[in-house]
Amino acid sequence: MTARETLGATPEDGFWVSVGGVSCQAYDGDTLAAVMIRAGRTSWRSTRHSAAPRGLFCGIGVCQDCLVTVGGVTSVRACLDLARPGDVITTQEGSGRDDLDA
Amino acid sequence: MSAALPADVVVIGAGIVGAACARELSGAGLSVVVVDRGDVASGTTGAGEGNILVSDKAPGPELDLALLSVALWRELADVLPREVELEAKGGLVVATEPGAWAPLRAAAAAQRGAGLVAQEVAADELAGHEPHLASGLPGGVLYPQDMQVQPMLAAAHLLRIARGLGARVLTGHEVVGIRRAAGGALTAVLTAYGEIPCGAVVNAAGTWGGEVAAFAGAPIPVLPRRGFVLVTEPLPRTVRHKVYTADYVANVAAGSADLQTSTVVEGTASGPVLIGASRERVGFDRTTSYEVLARLAQQAVRLFPVLASVRVQRAYRGFRPYCPDHLPVIGPDPRVPGLFHACGHEGAGIGLAPATALLVTQALTGAEPTMSWEPFSPSRFEASS
Repeated sequence: MTARETLGATPEDGFWVSVGGVSCQAYDGDTLAAVMIRAGRTSWRSTRHSAAPRGLFCGIGVCQDCLVTVGGVTSVRACLDLARPGDVITTQEGSGRDDLDA
Repeated sequence: MSAALPADVVVIGAGIVGAACARELSGAGLSVVVVDRGDVASGTTGAGEGNILVSDKAPGPELDLALLSVALWRELADVLPREVELEAKGGLVVATEPGAWAPLRAAAAAQRGAGLVAQEVAADELAGHEPHLASGLPGGVLYPQDMQVQPMLAAAHLLRIARGLGARVLTGHEVVGIRRAAGGALTAVLTAYGEIPCGAVVNAAGTWGGEVAAFAGAPIPVLPRRGFVLVTEPLPRTVRHKVYTADYVANVAAGSADLQTSTVVEGTASGPVLIGASRERVGFDRTTSYEVLARLAQQAVRLFPVLASVRVQRAYRGFRPYCPDHLPVIGPDPRVPGLFHACGHEGAGIGLAPATALLVTQALTGAEPTMSWEPFSPSRFEASS
């Protein structure tokens, strides 16, 4: 069963988001993580100290592993936030907020 | 269960104070059992910011205790692993309005008289210490002795060290009673899993210390004071010190049951910025108050405008154990031979834990005390009632 069938969606319900510069189809109700996993991505962040890859872990908003940058907003939980038409999802390196380093 | 094995001392509470007591008592050669109805650091220790502060205390016995404790934390830095995030980061107290600057300077001068390092920071020097601080503030005082630690890890490692010295730690063991002999002395702690014969009990039950004391027939007035903390997304070092506004000290000392909030902002070694602080007397009500969370966020953004672009990931709440006079309860209970208190530290339990453990151990072993525990004695409540 495809993801689209699982969602009971028709192709017309779909919209496009950008995942690391690649256009991916998303459906109403998709979390950001769902879109990225369907696109074959398992990691979308590197850790702050050892630059290790991170993606979906707990999937329920607790572990903070799946943080990703969406439209320039850092540390969005991909497991909780829903994809919206035109989202630009980019890999987050570390906190993504080196601009704040004091 | 192994609960039936006797011990010299049963420490009730596996928070930071109980953990520090277990280590100190074990190090003095006593056999120790730590019991907690929950897990390690599952009460107030796990709900704090890890403050080790001298800056928020006026000259008096609590400041003396805090200065002793800071010295002991510095020694612990050589004993505890780096992962406990013990940092001598220093505190920065800022005046947010012109009228607050003179009282803050006067308070700092009094603290210097008590042996504290308190350096005035002029308005134009503030940004050098805290680059993201709001501009236009009248001035501040820098307290280099203030420290911070990750309190859950610190408690766990203190217990690990205690276990290495022979202590046993029984989590999930709720205390249901304390047995006393005909003459009044303690003889055993009763848990849901059985009886632990012992010669002494250390009441390190934090906010629940009043319940433990009542089991022994020696009530003490320890009550909960709720506080919320906001946790931001992990950031690089955005806030260097523990930064708080001068009204925080007045709020801590306030007698009102109503909500008080002051602005307390600090970074952590692991990245998130912690934002407090609220104080409410609402019993053990765990309901999230969005009104309080919103106020904390607004105040933090006023002090550090860059935080407006930072996401809050979660919030937690805890219950500070406070006594009517805002002093902890430390030392032997004259009403019950063998009962020693180490609770009621309000928001200062992490910082005061090592000194509390030292005084309790000295009291228990009959050693010469490093400082008098008399100001913290439970007998002060009888005098006032």
